[in-house]
Amino acid sequence: MKGSFQKEKFGKNLTTFVFILLSIFYVFPVAMVVVNSFKKNTFVKTETFKFPTAESFAEFDNFITGMTFGGYPFSKSVLYSVVITLLGTALILLFTSMAAWYISRVDSLVCRIVYYGCVFSMVVPFQMVMFTLSKTADTLKLNTPWSIPVIYLGFGAGLAVFMFVGFVKGIPLDIEEAAAIDGCNPFRTYFSVVLPMMKPTIVSVAILEIMWIWNDYLLPYLVLDRTQYMTIPIHIQYLKGSYGTVDLGATMALILLSIIPVIIFYLTCQKHIIKGVAAGAVKG
Amino acid sequence: MKRQHDSAAVNSDMIRRPIQRWSPLFLLPVVAAFAIGFVWPFLHGLFLSFCNFKTTSNWKWVGLENYVKAFSDESFMYSFGFTALFAVVSLVLINVFAFAVAYALTQKIKGANIFRTVFFMPNLIGGIVLGYIWSMIFDGFLSYYQTSILMDKEWGFWGLIILTCWQQIGYMMIIYIAGLQAVPEDMLEAAKIDGASGWQTLFKVTIPNVMPSITICTFLSLTNGFKLFDQNLALTGGYPYIINPDGTAVHTTEMLALNIYNTFYVGANSRGVAQAKAVLFFILVATLAIAQLSATRKKEVQQ
Repeated sequence: MKGSFQKEKFGKNLTTFVFILLSIFYVFPVAMVVVNSFKKNTFVKTETFKFPTAESFAEFDNFITGMTFGGYPFSKSVLYSVVITLLGTALILLFTSMAAWYISRVDSLVCRIVYYGCVFSMVVPFQMVMFTLSKTADTLKLNTPWSIPVIYLGFGAGLAVFMFVGFVKGIPLDIEEAAAIDGCNPFRTYFSVVLPMMKPTIVSVAILEIMWIWNDYLLPYLVLDRTQYMTIPIHIQYLKGSYGTVDLGATMALILLSIIPVIIFYLTCQKHIIKGVAAGAVKG
Repeated sequence: MKRQHDSAAVNSDMIRRPIQRWSPLFLLPVVAAFAIGFVWPFLHGLFLSFCNFKTTSNWKWVGLENYVKAFSDESFMYSFGFTALFAVVSLVLINVFAFAVAYALTQKIKGANIFRTVFFMPNLIGGIVLGYIWSMIFDGFLSYYQTSILMDKEWGFWGLIILTCWQQIGYMMIIYIAGLQAVPEDMLEAAKIDGASGWQTLFKVTIPNVMPSITICTFLSLTNGFKLFDQNLALTGGYPYIINPDGTAVHTTEMLALNIYNTFYVGANSRGVAQAKAVLFFILVATLAIAQLSATRKKEVQQ
């Protein structure tokens, strides 16, 4: 008995040890970004895995040159990324949750068509629509950071409607009936009774949409007017994509700046993020 | 679960009728945006795949010609093979590792929460940024061998695999952990009392019970593998190229999505063919998704 207990303890310690090694492998690339963002450009390629020496240390030069690198201020890209992500997520949350409630309560033929259309859109890869979508967006002037959220609402409706319908179907009708008897119109019933009950799903959907829109590259790249508007992924691709004259040190500095807010967001909302991911997947 | 679903599906008129009058407010915004952002571009794209066009307003009907050209395009067929191999290899590696990690983390080891946090972290970083982070790492490493990720096809493939595993193992791990935590404790205890070994319990009790998670994870990693774009663009960009004697080029690490993108926007002479490729790509991804879901759904434990 004692022997097997010791064996089990040894096994657990071994697992912990293996996981520590794995964690180092996981953190290593990000750590290298930090290290290299403080190196002069020419040393990033030749001494990637070494700490900066007196010769290769660039102080904060990479961050300073990075801010205006490529003739476009990085701060502008950050601003547009924030605007698009927040507006897009807000639109998706508000309108898809309303539509989902309507779909599951009215359940007419139109509702079913919309619902299955949404489910269908989830298996369609973006390449199928990218060319025509960018033309449509151009025609309708949905090519600015303030209007592109409409595109996100349309293209992202699938998953959100699907998740909200799944949740609303589980809410008992009695509460809404009671509200109707008390004289609430559907507008009030929705906003003061149904919406508060949907909070857990709203948080999950919000997390998934934020992660998607913030990191999305191809859609804004094709839709936005690139001479005026860039987002963070577009900006980084723009700098790195022009082969030959790439300032690797400055690129690493910008990458570091762009992942710091993400890591802070992750560490503060970790519980919700992990719950959101699990919810988004299990419902599939 | 079933009963709850039915009781809500039977809608009382008291709720339904008044809501219906509010349809412009509740349903219209999503329907309008969905039509603009998905339905119209989808149908328009489907139509244009049968046309020759450079811009959407200037098209000429050519029937199936684009599809014939797509199938005889060597680079498209190559990227199909490359993508299929990539999707299968990454599917196996991601799921085996993610399940093993999730299984170990649910065995009450020290620091499980910290490990979970670390393994999930890459998912917060976008594909483009991930691609450039790893291209720096690989190039730093490969410079010792006087080569680069852009110069070696084998490294390009395995580089993409390593990057994808690094990113997605944490994601799938979360789904597996949720599945493993839902396995009934008494079933595991019953297996223990009946004298089942650890492996027997794993294969006869645990795995059948997490089949829904396995379904969703294999489904996600397979379609993710086929749809990979950002990482491909940033890490290898399709390099190295092989130039044929007739002037056409095969991009040896180019996956389907990037191949379609390049057909559309580089040169821009064959947009009809690009759109036809996109339709084929859609049919492929949709078929895989449906086949895979129905195949694994059958293996799920009925409850």
